[in-house]
Amino acid sequence: MVTSVLNYGRSGVHDWIVQRFSALVLAAYTLVMVGWLAMNGSDLTFLQWQGFMGQTWIRIFSLLAIVAMAAHAWIGLWTVATDYMKHRGLRVGFLGLIAISIFVYVVWGVSILWGF
Amino acid sequence: MKFAGNKEGLVHMASPIDRPVNLDLTTLNFPITAIASILHRVSGVVLFLGSPVLLALLALSLDGEAGFSDALALFEHGLFAFVVWGILAALSYHFVAGIKHLFMDMGYGETLESGPLFAKISLVLAVTLMILAGVWIW
Repeated sequence: MVTSVLNYGRSGVHDWIVQRFSALVLAAYTLVMVGWLAMNGSDLTFLQWQGFMGQTWIRIFSLLAIVAMAAHAWIGLWTVATDYMKHRGLRVGFLGLIAISIFVYVVWGVSILWGF
Repeated sequence: MKFAGNKEGLVHMASPIDRPVNLDLTTLNFPITAIASILHRVSGVVLFLGSPVLLALLALSLDGEAGFSDALALFEHGLFAFVVWGILAALSYHFVAGIKHLFMDMGYGETLESGPLFAKISLVLAVTLMILAGVWIW
């Protein structure tokens, strides 16, 4: 089992569990959003869209999905980086960029969800 | 090759002609299960790169009536529509392959027969979803 201080939970088992639960959240969110847009998308108005996204449960569900995405993307990209990037400096630089990007996604997502 | 223990086998094993060779990986074909696996990774990376596009689109679409119309108008540009389709295509595959992965966690689709079958089914389902995504956007 690969362990590293850069693992999400510093444990392969922990990462394994987090990856699966975050996947379930993301799959459910995808179904809800794609399903709603597919049903309302062709003649969607701004007020309908604002009303849908403004509901508290959708804001909370969206935030949950963003947090799940943050964990899921970190574990996935950590796996990809440690599999293919043999040069330590390159790998650490890449993962640093990923960490900062994820942080930006989360803060940006929160500001969008509670900023309208 | 089995290390059979009979005389012929031992002679065979010792023959210099049959020594292991370094395989040229570029001449080997990936099995479909390997293709399914690498596409899961590639689609995950694409989704990570595509996330800011979707966030920007979400922010614009919620920025009043004007922002909402601007967001819809973006789809008139062929390149933008293609980028969003690319993200949805990656999502289609990653979603299907992820569910396949969960089935494999439960012990299904792990044999020499069912593994390639599951890979084929997930590829067919994903391509179907990609086509539907294309119909949706255009």
